[in-house]
Amino acid sequence: MSVLVYIENPKGNFKKAANELIFFGRSVADKMNVECHAVVLGSVSSFDAIQNAGAHKIHHFSDNSFDAFDSQQVAKIVDTAANAVGAKVIVVGHTANGKSILGRVAVRQNAGSVSGVNTMPTLDGGFKIKKGVFSGKATAEFEIKSDVKVLSLMGNSFQASDFDNTAEIVTDSSTNSDSSVTITDLSTVEGTVPLPEAELVVSAGRGMKGPENWGIIDELANELGATTACSRPVADIGWRPHHEHVGQTGVAIRPNLYIAAGISGAIQHLAGVNQSKTIVVINKDPEAPFFKAADYGICADLFDVVPKITEALKKYKANN
Amino acid sequence: MNLLVCISKTPETTAKIGFTDGDSKFNEEGVQFIMNPYDEWYALVRAIELKESVGGKVVAINVGPASNDVVIRKALAIGADEAVRINAEPQSAMTTAKYIADYAKSGDFDIVFLGKETIDYNGSEVGSMVAEYLDLPFFSYVSKLEMDGSKAIVTRDVEGGQETAEYTGAFVLSAAKGLAEQRIPNMRGIMMAKRKPLNVIEPSATEDLSVVVKYELPEAKSGVKMLDADDMDELVRLLHEEAKVI
Repeated sequence: MSVLVYIENPKGNFKKAANELIFFGRSVADKMNVECHAVVLGSVSSFDAIQNAGAHKIHHFSDNSFDAFDSQQVAKIVDTAANAVGAKVIVVGHTANGKSILGRVAVRQNAGSVSGVNTMPTLDGGFKIKKGVFSGKATAEFEIKSDVKVLSLMGNSFQASDFDNTAEIVTDSSTNSDSSVTITDLSTVEGTVPLPEAELVVSAGRGMKGPENWGIIDELANELGATTACSRPVADIGWRPHHEHVGQTGVAIRPNLYIAAGISGAIQHLAGVNQSKTIVVINKDPEAPFFKAADYGICADLFDVVPKITEALKKYKANN
Repeated sequence: MNLLVCISKTPETTAKIGFTDGDSKFNEEGVQFIMNPYDEWYALVRAIELKESVGGKVVAINVGPASNDVVIRKALAIGADEAVRINAEPQSAMTTAKYIADYAKSGDFDIVFLGKETIDYNGSEVGSMVAEYLDLPFFSYVSKLEMDGSKAIVTRDVEGGQETAEYTGAFVLSAAKGLAEQRIPNMRGIMMAKRKPLNVIEPSATEDLSVVVKYELPEAKSGVKMLDADDMDELVRLLHEEAKVI
Protein backbone atom coordinates (compact mmCIF):
# COMPACT_ATOMS: atom_id res chain seq x y z
CA MET A 1 0.00 0.00 0.00
CA SER A 2 1.11 3.55 -0.61
CA VAL A 3 0.20 7.12 -1.40
CA LEU A 4 1.03 8.22 -4.97
CA VAL A 5 1.56 11.86 -5.95
CA TYR A 6 1.67 13.11 -9.55
CA ILE A 7 4.19 15.95 -9.82
CA GLU A 8 4.23 18.52 -12.62
CA ASN A 9 7.48 19.90 -14.02
CA PRO A 10 6.56 22.66 -16.44
CA LYS A 11 9.38 23.13 -18.97
CA GLY A 12 11.50 20.65 -16.99
CA ASN A 13 11.45 22.54 -13.69
CA PHE A 14 9.74 21.82 -10.38
CA LYS A 15 7.74 24.66 -8.84
CA LYS A 16 6.97 25.26 -5.18
CA ALA A 17 3.70 23.36 -5.68
CA ALA A 18 5.71 20.15 -6.22
CA ASN A 19 7.14 20.34 -2.69
CA GLU A 20 3.74 21.11 -1.22
CA LEU A 21 2.14 18.15 -3.02
CA ILE A 22 4.83 15.72 -1.89
CA PHE A 23 4.64 17.12 1.65
CA PHE A 24 0.89 16.52 1.65
CA GLY A 25 1.26 13.02 0.17
CA ARG A 26 3.94 12.10 2.68
CA SER A 27 1.86 13.45 5.60
CA VAL A 28 -1.13 11.36 4.48
CA ALA A 29 1.16 8.34 4.00
CA ASP A 30 2.55 8.76 7.53
CA LYS A 31 -0.98 8.83 8.93
CA MET A 32 -1.68 5.56 7.10
CA ASN A 33 1.74 4.04 7.94
CA VAL A 34 2.55 3.49 4.28
CA GLU A 35 5.17 4.77 1.80
CA CYS A 36 4.84 7.87 -0.35
CA HIS A 37 5.68 7.53 -4.04
CA ALA A 38 5.84 10.29 -6.64
CA VAL A 39 5.51 10.03 -10.39
CA VAL A 40 7.14 12.50 -12.78
CA LEU A 41 6.89 12.51 -16.59
CA GLY A 42 9.20 13.96 -19.22
CA SER A 43 12.37 16.05 -19.06
CA VAL A 44 13.69 17.10 -15.65
CA SER A 45 16.58 19.54 -15.32
CA SER A 46 17.30 18.51 -11.71
CA PHE A 47 15.65 16.55 -8.93
CA ASP A 48 17.50 18.51 -6.21
CA ALA A 49 14.51 20.65 -5.28
CA ILE A 50 12.21 17.73 -4.49
CA GLN A 51 14.50 14.92 -3.43
CA ASN A 52 14.01 15.65 0.28
CA ALA A 53 10.41 16.80 0.00
CA GLY A 54 9.13 13.57 1.55
CA ALA A 55 8.71 10.93 -1.14
CA HIS A 56 10.35 7.56 -0.54
CA LYS A 57 10.58 6.85 -4.26
CA ILE A 58 10.24 9.03 -7.35
CA HIS A 59 9.24 7.13 -10.49
CA HIS A 60 10.55 9.08 -13.45
CA PHE A 61 9.17 8.28 -16.91
CA SER A 62 11.90 10.22 -18.62
CA ASP A 63 11.10 10.01 -22.34
CA ASN A 64 10.79 13.54 -23.72
CA SER A 65 7.66 12.59 -25.67
CA PHE A 66 5.94 13.26 -22.32
CA ASP A 67 6.99 16.93 -22.39
CA ALA A 68 3.86 17.65 -24.44
CA PHE A 69 0.98 17.27 -22.00
CA ASP A 70 -1.86 14.94 -22.97
CA SER A 71 -4.23 14.02 -20.14
CA GLN A 72 -4.97 10.63 -21.73
CA GLN A 73 -1.29 9.63 -21.75
CA VAL A 74 -0.55 10.98 -18.27
CA ALA A 75 -3.61 9.29 -16.75
CA LYS A 76 -2.51 5.98 -18.27
CA ILE A 77 0.95 6.25 -16.68
CA VAL A 78 -0.39 7.40 -13.29
CA ASP A 79 -2.93 4.58 -13.34
CA THR A 80 -0.28 1.97 -14.14
CA ALA A 81 2.10 3.37 -11.51
CA ALA A 82 -0.72 3.41 -8.94
CA ASN A 83 -1.39 -0.27 -9.58
CA ALA A 84 2.32 -1.10 -9.40
CA VAL A 85 2.80 0.53 -5.98
CA GLY A 86 -0.63 -0.42 -4.61
CA ALA A 87 -1.68 3.23 -4.20
CA LYS A 88 -4.68 3.75 -1.93
CA VAL A 89 -4.58 7.54 -2.19
CA ILE A 90 -3.61 9.33 -5.41
CA VAL A 91 -2.92 13.07 -5.24
CA VAL A 92 -2.56 15.61 -8.06
CA GLY A 93 -2.30 19.41 -7.99
CA HIS A 94 -5.47 21.49 -8.41
CA THR A 95 -3.99 22.99 -11.59
CA ALA A 96 -5.04 23.08 -15.24
CA ASN A 97 -3.17 19.83 -15.93
CA GLY A 98 -3.82 18.18 -12.55
CA LYS A 99 -7.55 18.74 -12.87
CA SER A 100 -7.58 17.27 -16.36
CA ILE A 101 -6.16 13.96 -15.14
CA LEU A 102 -8.00 13.76 -11.79
CA GLY A 103 -11.27 12.51 -13.25
CA ARG A 104 -9.56 10.19 -15.73
CA VAL A 105 -7.57 8.46 -12.98
CA ALA A 106 -10.67 8.25 -10.76
CA VAL A 107 -12.59 6.50 -13.57
CA ARG A 108 -9.71 4.13 -14.30
CA GLN A 109 -9.34 3.23 -10.63
CA ASN A 110 -13.11 3.22 -9.95
CA ALA A 111 -12.19 5.58 -7.12
CA GLY A 112 -14.15 8.27 -5.34
CA SER A 113 -12.60 11.70 -5.82
CA VAL A 114 -12.62 15.16 -4.30
CA SER A 115 -11.04 18.10 -6.12
CA GLY A 116 -9.51 21.20 -4.57
CA VAL A 117 -9.03 19.82 -1.05
CA ASN A 118 -7.35 22.14 1.44
CA THR A 119 -7.05 20.11 4.66
CA MET A 120 -5.52 16.83 5.78
CA PRO A 121 -7.97 13.92 5.67
CA THR A 122 -9.29 12.32 8.83
CA LEU A 123 -9.17 8.54 8.79
CA ASP A 124 -11.17 7.56 11.87
CA GLY A 125 -14.61 6.32 10.91
CA GLY A 126 -14.13 6.67 7.16
CA PHE A 127 -11.88 8.76 4.90
CA LYS A 128 -13.10 12.35 5.21
CA ILE A 129 -11.65 15.52 3.72
CA LYS A 130 -12.70 19.15 3.21
CA LYS A 131 -12.79 21.61 0.32
CA GLY A 132 -14.24 25.05 -0.38
CA VAL A 133 -17.61 25.06 -2.20
CA PHE A 134 -20.04 27.70 -3.49
CA SER A 135 -17.06 29.72 -4.74
CA GLY A 136 -15.50 29.93 -1.29
CA LYS A 137 -18.71 30.84 0.50
CA ALA A 138 -18.77 27.52 2.41
CA THR A 139 -16.76 24.40 3.19
CA ALA A 140 -17.94 20.86 2.50
CA GLU A 141 -16.64 17.74 4.16
CA PHE A 142 -16.70 14.74 1.80
CA GLU A 143 -16.52 11.09 2.68
CA ILE A 144 -14.87 8.84 0.10
CA LYS A 145 -16.16 5.29 0.36
CA SER A 146 -14.08 3.48 -2.26
CA ASP A 147 -10.89 1.53 -1.55
CA VAL A 148 -8.81 3.95 -3.65
CA LYS A 149 -9.21 7.73 -3.25
CA VAL A 150 -8.22 10.44 -5.74
CA LEU A 151 -7.63 14.03 -4.60
CA SER A 152 -6.47 17.32 -6.09
CA LEU A 153 -4.77 19.67 -3.65
CA MET A 154 -5.56 23.40 -3.73
CA GLY A 155 -2.31 25.36 -3.98
CA ASN A 156 -0.89 27.13 -0.95
CA SER A 157 -2.89 25.02 1.52
CA PHE A 158 0.16 23.73 3.42
CA GLN A 159 3.57 25.06 4.33
CA ALA A 160 5.92 22.37 3.05
CA SER A 161 9.06 21.39 4.93
CA ASP A 162 11.69 18.80 4.03
CA PHE A 163 11.96 15.31 5.48
CA ASP A 164 15.09 13.43 6.60
CA ASN A 165 15.06 10.84 3.84
CA THR A 166 16.31 11.33 0.29
CA ALA A 167 14.00 9.89 -2.36
CA GLU A 168 15.28 7.05 -4.49
CA ILE A 169 14.83 7.89 -8.16
CA VAL A 170 13.64 5.04 -10.35
CA THR A 171 13.98 5.88 -14.04
CA ASP A 172 11.93 4.35 -16.85
CA SER A 173 13.30 5.56 -20.16
CA SER A 174 11.62 3.00 -22.39
CA THR A 175 7.95 3.95 -21.99
CA ASN A 176 6.86 6.74 -24.31
CA SER A 177 3.79 8.76 -25.10
CA ASP A 178 1.73 7.75 -28.12
CA SER A 179 -0.27 10.95 -28.09
CA SER A 180 -2.04 12.10 -31.24
CA VAL A 181 -2.46 15.63 -29.84
CA THR A 182 0.09 18.12 -31.18
CA ILE A 183 1.11 20.95 -28.86
CA THR A 184 2.05 23.85 -31.12
CA ASP A 185 2.69 26.54 -28.51
CA LEU A 186 3.14 26.93 -24.76
CA SER A 187 3.66 30.49 -23.65
CA THR A 188 3.87 31.20 -19.93
CA VAL A 189 5.44 34.03 -17.96
CA GLU A 190 8.86 33.21 -16.54
CA GLY A 191 10.48 34.32 -13.33
CA THR A 192 7.37 34.89 -11.23
CA VAL A 193 5.50 32.58 -8.89
CA PRO A 194 2.29 31.47 -10.63
CA LEU A 195 -0.81 32.96 -9.02
CA PRO A 196 -2.31 29.71 -7.64
CA GLU A 197 0.95 29.05 -5.76
CA ALA A 198 1.64 32.62 -4.63
CA GLU A 199 1.74 33.34 -0.90
CA LEU A 200 1.63 37.08 -1.41
CA VAL A 201 -0.46 38.82 -4.06
CA VAL A 202 -0.85 42.50 -4.96
CA SER A 203 -3.90 43.12 -7.11
CA ALA A 204 -5.39 46.20 -8.72
CA GLY A 205 -8.50 47.20 -10.61
CA ARG A 206 -10.24 49.97 -12.47
CA GLY A 207 -9.27 52.49 -9.79
CA MET A 208 -5.83 52.53 -11.46
CA LYS A 209 -7.33 54.67 -14.25
CA GLY A 210 -5.01 53.26 -16.95
CA PRO A 211 -2.36 50.62 -17.67
CA GLU A 212 0.39 53.23 -17.62
CA ASN A 213 -0.11 53.67 -13.87
CA TRP A 214 0.78 50.09 -12.90
CA GLY A 215 4.35 51.04 -11.92
CA ILE A 216 3.37 51.61 -8.28
CA ILE A 217 1.73 48.16 -8.13
CA ASP A 218 4.83 46.50 -9.62
CA GLU A 219 7.06 48.35 -7.13
CA LEU A 220 4.98 47.21 -4.18
CA ALA A 221 4.88 43.63 -5.51
CA ASN A 222 8.67 43.66 -6.04
CA GLU A 223 9.30 44.98 -2.54
CA LEU A 224 7.06 42.26 -1.07
CA GLY A 225 8.17 39.49 -3.41
CA ALA A 226 4.52 39.20 -4.41
CA THR A 227 2.79 38.11 -7.62
CA THR A 228 0.57 40.67 -9.35
CA ALA A 229 -3.09 40.06 -10.15
CA CYS A 230 -6.01 42.12 -11.42
CA SER A 231 -9.80 42.34 -11.52
CA ARG A 232 -11.93 41.26 -14.45
CA PRO A 233 -12.65 44.68 -16.03
CA VAL A 234 -8.99 45.57 -16.44
CA ALA A 235 -8.21 42.17 -18.01
CA ASP A 236 -11.22 42.57 -20.32
CA ILE A 237 -10.11 45.97 -21.61
CA GLY A 238 -6.56 44.71 -22.04
CA TRP A 239 -4.81 46.80 -19.39
CA ARG A 240 -3.41 43.58 -17.90
CA PRO A 241 -2.84 40.07 -19.29
CA HIS A 242 -5.69 37.59 -19.08
CA HIS A 243 -3.76 35.15 -16.85
CA GLU A 244 -3.58 37.78 -14.06
CA HIS A 245 -7.37 37.92 -13.73
CA VAL A 246 -8.55 36.58 -10.35
CA GLY A 247 -12.21 36.07 -9.57
CA GLN A 248 -15.02 33.78 -10.52
CA THR A 249 -14.32 33.69 -14.24
CA GLY A 250 -10.56 33.95 -13.73
CA VAL A 251 -8.23 32.17 -11.33
CA ALA A 252 -9.27 31.26 -7.77
CA ILE A 253 -6.44 31.77 -5.28
CA ARG A 254 -5.79 31.47 -1.55
CA PRO A 255 -2.65 33.44 -0.73
CA ASN A 256 -1.55 34.34 2.79
CA LEU A 257 -1.84 38.01 1.92
CA TYR A 258 -4.03 39.63 -0.74
CA ILE A 259 -3.67 43.39 -1.19
CA ALA A 260 -6.39 44.91 -3.40
CA ALA A 261 -6.04 48.47 -4.67
CA GLY A 262 -8.87 50.19 -6.54
CA ILE A 263 -11.08 47.07 -6.66
CA SER A 264 -14.62 47.55 -5.39
CA GLY A 265 -15.05 43.89 -4.42
CA ALA A 266 -18.06 42.64 -6.39
CA ILE A 267 -19.21 39.18 -5.35
CA GLN A 268 -17.71 37.67 -8.52
CA HIS A 269 -14.30 39.04 -7.57
CA LEU A 270 -14.62 37.87 -3.96
CA ALA A 271 -15.42 34.35 -5.21
CA GLY A 272 -11.84 34.09 -6.44
CA VAL A 273 -10.07 35.55 -3.42
CA ASN A 274 -12.24 35.01 -0.33
CA GLN A 275 -10.11 32.08 0.83
CA SER A 276 -7.10 34.40 1.25
CA LYS A 277 -5.84 34.35 4.83
CA THR A 278 -5.42 38.12 5.18
CA ILE A 279 -7.01 40.74 2.94
CA VAL A 280 -5.95 44.40 2.76
CA VAL A 281 -8.26 46.73 0.82
CA ILE A 282 -7.32 50.18 -0.44
CA ASN A 283 -10.21 52.16 -1.86
CA LYS A 284 -11.23 55.80 -1.74
CA ASP A 285 -14.93 54.89 -1.67
CA PRO A 286 -15.92 54.13 1.95
CA GLU A 287 -18.94 52.22 0.62
CA ALA A 288 -16.82 49.76 -1.44
CA PRO A 289 -18.22 46.30 -0.60
CA PHE A 290 -14.71 44.87 -0.42
CA PHE A 291 -14.16 46.52 3.01
CA LYS A 292 -16.69 44.06 4.49
CA ALA A 293 -14.51 41.13 3.43
CA ALA A 294 -11.23 42.79 4.45
CA ASP A 295 -9.06 42.39 7.53
CA TYR A 296 -7.39 45.78 7.11
CA GLY A 297 -8.85 48.71 5.21
CA ILE A 298 -7.40 52.00 4.08
CA CYS A 299 -9.96 54.48 2.78
CA ALA A 300 -7.85 56.83 0.69
CA ASP A 301 -6.50 57.53 -2.78
CA LEU A 302 -4.48 54.50 -3.87
CA PHE A 303 -2.00 56.74 -5.73
CA ASP A 304 -1.00 58.17 -2.31
CA VAL A 305 -1.28 54.97 -0.28
CA VAL A 306 0.42 52.34 -2.43
CA PRO A 307 3.81 54.13 -2.63
CA LYS A 308 3.60 54.75 1.13
CA ILE A 309 3.22 51.02 1.78
CA THR A 310 6.25 50.36 -0.43
CA GLU A 311 8.24 52.95 1.55
CA ALA A 312 7.08 51.50 4.88
CA LEU A 313 8.17 48.03 3.74
CA LYS A 314 11.61 49.32 2.73
CA LYS A 315 11.98 50.96 6.12
CA TYR A 316 10.83 47.79 7.88
CA LYS A 317 13.29 45.66 5.91
CA ALA A 318 16.16 48.06 6.65
CA ASN A 319 15.43 47.86 10.38
CA ASN A 320 15.00 44.08 10.58
CA MET B 1 -20.84 18.62 -36.70
CA ASN B 2 -22.65 16.79 -33.91
CA LEU B 3 -22.10 18.77 -30.74
CA LEU B 4 -23.11 17.79 -27.22
CA VAL B 5 -23.22 20.47 -24.52
CA CYS B 6 -23.47 19.49 -20.84
CA ILE B 7 -25.39 22.04 -18.80
CA SER B 8 -25.94 22.11 -15.06
CA LYS B 9 -28.25 24.03 -12.80
CA THR B 10 -26.60 26.05 -10.03
CA PRO B 11 -27.67 28.58 -7.42
CA GLU B 12 -27.49 32.12 -8.76
CA THR B 13 -24.08 33.78 -8.22
CA THR B 14 -25.20 36.13 -5.45
CA ALA B 15 -27.42 33.57 -3.66
CA LYS B 16 -27.20 33.43 0.11
CA ILE B 17 -25.74 30.06 1.04
CA GLY B 18 -27.27 28.08 3.92
CA PHE B 19 -27.77 24.47 4.98
CA THR B 20 -30.41 22.23 6.55
CA ASP B 21 -30.72 18.72 8.01
CA GLY B 22 -27.90 19.15 10.50
CA ASP B 23 -25.79 21.00 7.91
CA SER B 24 -25.83 17.98 5.60
CA LYS B 25 -27.94 19.48 2.79
CA PHE B 26 -27.95 22.72 0.81
CA ASN B 27 -30.96 24.84 1.75
CA GLU B 28 -32.74 25.57 -1.53
CA GLU B 29 -35.46 27.67 0.06
CA GLY B 30 -35.64 31.12 -1.48
CA VAL B 31 -32.67 30.40 -3.75
CA GLN B 32 -32.94 31.31 -7.40
CA PHE B 33 -31.36 28.78 -9.78
CA ILE B 34 -29.68 29.50 -13.09
CA MET B 35 -27.81 27.67 -15.83
CA ASN B 36 -24.18 27.36 -14.70
CA PRO B 37 -22.59 30.48 -16.25
CA TYR B 38 -19.58 28.70 -17.86
CA ASP B 39 -21.95 26.20 -19.49
CA GLU B 40 -24.26 28.91 -20.77
CA TRP B 41 -21.98 31.79 -21.73
CA TYR B 42 -19.05 29.88 -23.18
CA ALA B 43 -19.72 26.17 -23.85
CA LEU B 44 -23.24 26.44 -25.26
CA VAL B 45 -22.68 29.60 -27.27
CA ARG B 46 -19.45 28.33 -28.89
CA ALA B 47 -21.21 25.10 -29.87
CA ILE B 48 -24.06 27.09 -31.44
CA GLU B 49 -21.58 29.32 -33.30
CA LEU B 50 -19.81 26.25 -34.72
CA LYS B 51 -23.08 24.75 -35.85
CA GLU B 52 -24.01 28.05 -37.49
CA SER B 53 -20.74 28.11 -39.42
CA VAL B 54 -20.29 24.45 -40.42
CA GLY B 55 -23.76 22.92 -39.98
CA GLY B 56 -24.87 20.01 -37.82
CA LYS B 57 -26.77 20.03 -34.58
CA VAL B 58 -26.37 21.00 -30.92
CA VAL B 59 -27.79 18.74 -28.23
CA ALA B 60 -27.95 20.02 -24.65
CA ILE B 61 -27.78 17.41 -21.89
CA ASN B 62 -28.57 17.79 -18.20
CA VAL B 63 -28.58 15.36 -15.31
CA GLY B 64 -31.33 16.34 -12.90
CA PRO B 65 -34.96 16.28 -11.84
CA ALA B 66 -37.95 17.65 -13.79
CA SER B 67 -37.56 21.02 -12.06
CA ASN B 68 -34.42 21.51 -14.20
CA ASP B 69 -36.52 21.74 -17.36
CA VAL B 70 -36.74 25.52 -17.09
CA VAL B 71 -32.94 25.75 -17.37
CA ILE B 72 -32.92 23.25 -20.24
CA ARG B 73 -35.57 25.28 -22.11
CA LYS B 74 -33.33 28.30 -21.78
CA ALA B 75 -30.53 26.37 -23.56
CA LEU B 76 -33.01 25.58 -26.34
CA ALA B 77 -34.06 29.24 -26.46
CA ILE B 78 -30.45 30.33 -26.84
CA GLY B 79 -30.08 27.99 -29.82
CA ALA B 80 -29.61 24.30 -28.94
CA ASP B 81 -31.61 22.10 -31.35
CA GLU B 82 -32.72 19.46 -28.92
CA ALA B 83 -32.21 18.47 -25.30
CA VAL B 84 -31.90 15.41 -23.13
CA ARG B 85 -32.46 15.16 -19.40
CA ILE B 86 -31.19 12.17 -17.48
CA ASN B 87 -33.76 11.85 -14.75
CA ALA B 88 -31.50 11.56 -11.69
CA GLU B 89 -30.48 13.80 -8.81
CA PRO B 90 -26.78 14.47 -9.49
CA GLN B 91 -24.90 13.27 -6.41
CA SER B 92 -21.30 12.85 -7.45
CA ALA B 93 -19.18 13.90 -10.39
CA MET B 94 -18.53 10.31 -11.41
CA THR B 95 -22.15 9.20 -11.65
CA THR B 96 -23.02 12.41 -13.53
CA ALA B 97 -20.16 11.77 -15.94
CA LYS B 98 -21.21 8.15 -16.41
CA TYR B 99 -24.77 9.16 -17.37
CA ILE B 100 -23.48 11.74 -19.84
CA ALA B 101 -20.94 9.35 -21.36
CA ASP B 102 -23.54 6.58 -21.72
CA TYR B 103 -25.73 8.97 -23.69
CA ALA B 104 -22.81 10.40 -25.70
CA LYS B 105 -21.83 6.89 -26.85
CA SER B 106 -25.19 6.59 -28.57
CA GLY B 107 -24.84 9.83 -30.52
CA ASP B 108 -21.59 9.93 -32.52
CA PHE B 109 -20.63 13.39 -31.24
CA ASP B 110 -17.65 15.30 -32.62
CA ILE B 111 -17.15 17.53 -29.59
CA VAL B 112 -18.52 17.31 -26.05
CA PHE B 113 -18.59 20.74 -24.37
CA LEU B 114 -18.78 21.54 -20.62
CA GLY B 115 -18.13 24.66 -18.54
CA LYS B 116 -14.78 24.74 -16.75
CA GLU B 117 -16.53 24.06 -13.43
CA THR B 118 -19.88 24.58 -11.76
CA ILE B 119 -20.16 27.54 -9.44
CA ASP B 120 -21.62 25.43 -6.61
CA TYR B 121 -19.21 22.51 -6.11
CA ASN B 122 -16.32 24.03 -8.10
CA GLY B 123 -15.24 20.50 -8.92
CA SER B 124 -13.96 20.65 -12.50
CA GLU B 125 -14.13 16.84 -12.47
CA VAL B 126 -16.94 15.81 -14.82
CA GLY B 127 -15.14 16.78 -18.06
CA SER B 128 -12.10 14.58 -17.59
CA MET B 129 -14.33 11.75 -16.39
CA VAL B 130 -16.56 11.93 -19.48
CA ALA B 131 -13.42 11.98 -21.63
CA GLU B 132 -12.08 8.87 -19.90
CA TYR B 133 -15.36 6.98 -20.22
CA LEU B 134 -15.39 7.84 -23.93
CA ASP B 135 -11.63 7.24 -24.34
CA LEU B 136 -11.20 10.67 -25.97
CA PRO B 137 -8.68 13.50 -25.51
CA PHE B 138 -9.71 16.24 -23.07
CA PHE B 139 -8.81 19.92 -23.25
CA SER B 140 -9.51 21.87 -20.07
CA TYR B 141 -10.02 25.64 -19.64
CA VAL B 142 -10.38 26.27 -23.36
CA SER B 143 -10.53 29.98 -24.16
CA LYS B 144 -10.32 29.64 -27.95
CA LEU B 145 -11.48 26.98 -30.41
CA GLU B 146 -11.13 27.22 -34.19
CA MET B 147 -11.76 24.56 -36.82
CA ASP B 148 -9.43 24.23 -39.81
CA GLY B 149 -11.34 21.70 -41.91
CA SER B 150 -11.47 18.61 -39.71
CA LYS B 151 -8.59 19.81 -37.50
CA ALA B 152 -9.40 21.58 -34.23
CA ILE B 153 -7.05 24.29 -32.96
CA VAL B 154 -7.54 24.62 -29.22
CA THR B 155 -6.07 27.22 -26.87
CA ARG B 156 -6.30 26.45 -23.17
CA ASP B 157 -5.48 28.53 -20.12
CA VAL B 158 -2.66 27.16 -18.00
CA GLU B 159 -1.00 28.71 -14.95
CA GLY B 160 0.59 31.98 -16.05
CA GLY B 161 -0.20 31.64 -19.74
CA GLN B 162 -1.73 29.60 -22.53
CA GLU B 163 -1.13 26.39 -24.45
CA THR B 164 -2.24 25.74 -28.02
CA ALA B 165 -2.86 22.26 -29.38
CA GLU B 166 -4.08 20.73 -32.64
CA TYR B 167 -6.11 17.59 -32.91
CA THR B 168 -8.13 15.79 -35.56
CA GLY B 169 -10.93 13.62 -34.22
CA ALA B 170 -13.59 13.67 -31.51
CA PHE B 171 -12.73 15.23 -28.15
CA VAL B 172 -14.10 16.71 -24.91
CA LEU B 173 -13.45 20.31 -23.81
CA SER B 174 -14.20 22.47 -20.78
CA ALA B 175 -14.95 26.09 -21.59
CA ALA B 176 -13.40 29.15 -19.96
CA LYS B 177 -13.93 32.87 -20.39
CA GLY B 178 -13.02 34.04 -23.86
CA LEU B 179 -14.39 31.04 -25.76
CA ALA B 180 -17.57 32.93 -26.71
CA GLU B 181 -19.72 35.89 -25.79
CA GLN B 182 -22.92 35.48 -23.79
CA ARG B 183 -26.13 35.41 -25.87
CA ILE B 184 -29.45 36.59 -24.51
CA PRO B 185 -32.36 34.51 -25.84
CA ASN B 186 -34.72 36.55 -28.03
CA MET B 187 -38.51 36.23 -28.26
CA ARG B 188 -38.38 34.02 -31.34
CA GLY B 189 -35.90 31.69 -29.63
CA ILE B 190 -38.05 31.46 -26.52
CA MET B 191 -41.15 30.62 -28.63
CA MET B 192 -39.26 28.04 -30.70
CA ALA B 193 -37.79 26.42 -27.58
CA LYS B 194 -41.26 25.27 -26.55
CA ARG B 195 -41.53 23.12 -29.68
CA LYS B 196 -38.02 21.65 -29.60
CA PRO B 197 -37.67 18.08 -28.30
CA LEU B 198 -36.67 17.52 -24.67
CA ASN B 199 -36.23 13.79 -24.13
CA VAL B 200 -36.18 12.34 -20.64
CA ILE B 201 -34.06 9.24 -20.08
CA GLU B 202 -34.17 7.09 -16.96
CA PRO B 203 -30.68 6.44 -15.58
CA SER B 204 -28.96 3.13 -15.03
CA ALA B 205 -28.20 2.25 -11.41
CA THR B 206 -24.92 3.66 -10.09
CA GLU B 207 -23.23 4.06 -6.75
CA ASP B 208 -21.80 7.32 -5.40
CA LEU B 209 -18.26 6.77 -4.13
CA SER B 210 -17.78 10.27 -2.78
CA VAL B 211 -20.51 12.17 -0.93
CA VAL B 212 -20.80 15.34 1.15
CA VAL B 213 -21.38 14.53 4.81
CA LYS B 214 -21.31 18.02 6.28
CA TYR B 215 -21.24 21.68 5.26
CA GLU B 216 -19.78 24.58 7.22
CA LEU B 217 -20.01 28.32 6.76
CA PRO B 218 -16.76 30.21 7.28
CA GLU B 219 -16.26 31.96 10.61
CA ALA B 220 -17.41 35.54 10.30
CA LYS B 221 -14.53 37.96 9.87
CA SER B 222 -13.95 39.87 13.08
CA GLY B 223 -14.54 43.07 11.15
CA VAL B 224 -12.26 45.26 9.12
CA LYS B 225 -9.65 47.32 10.96
CA MET B 226 -9.55 50.73 9.29
CA LEU B 227 -6.09 52.30 9.24
CA ASP B 228 -4.82 55.86 8.92
CA ALA B 229 -3.58 56.40 5.36
CA ASP B 230 -0.68 58.49 6.68
CA ASP B 231 0.66 55.69 8.85
CA MET B 232 1.53 52.74 6.65
CA ASP B 233 4.24 51.70 9.13
CA GLU B 234 1.30 50.57 11.23
CA LEU B 235 0.00 48.37 8.36
CA VAL B 236 3.41 46.75 7.95
CA ARG B 237 3.61 46.21 11.72
CA LEU B 238 0.15 44.58 11.78
CA LEU B 239 0.92 42.35 8.80
CA HIS B 240 4.08 41.20 10.55
CA GLU B 241 2.98 40.96 14.19
CA GLU B 242 -0.78 40.34 14.08
CA ALA B 243 -1.52 38.64 10.75
CA LYS B 244 2.01 37.13 10.60
CA VAL B 245 1.99 37.08 6.82
CA ILE B 246 5.24 38.97 6.18
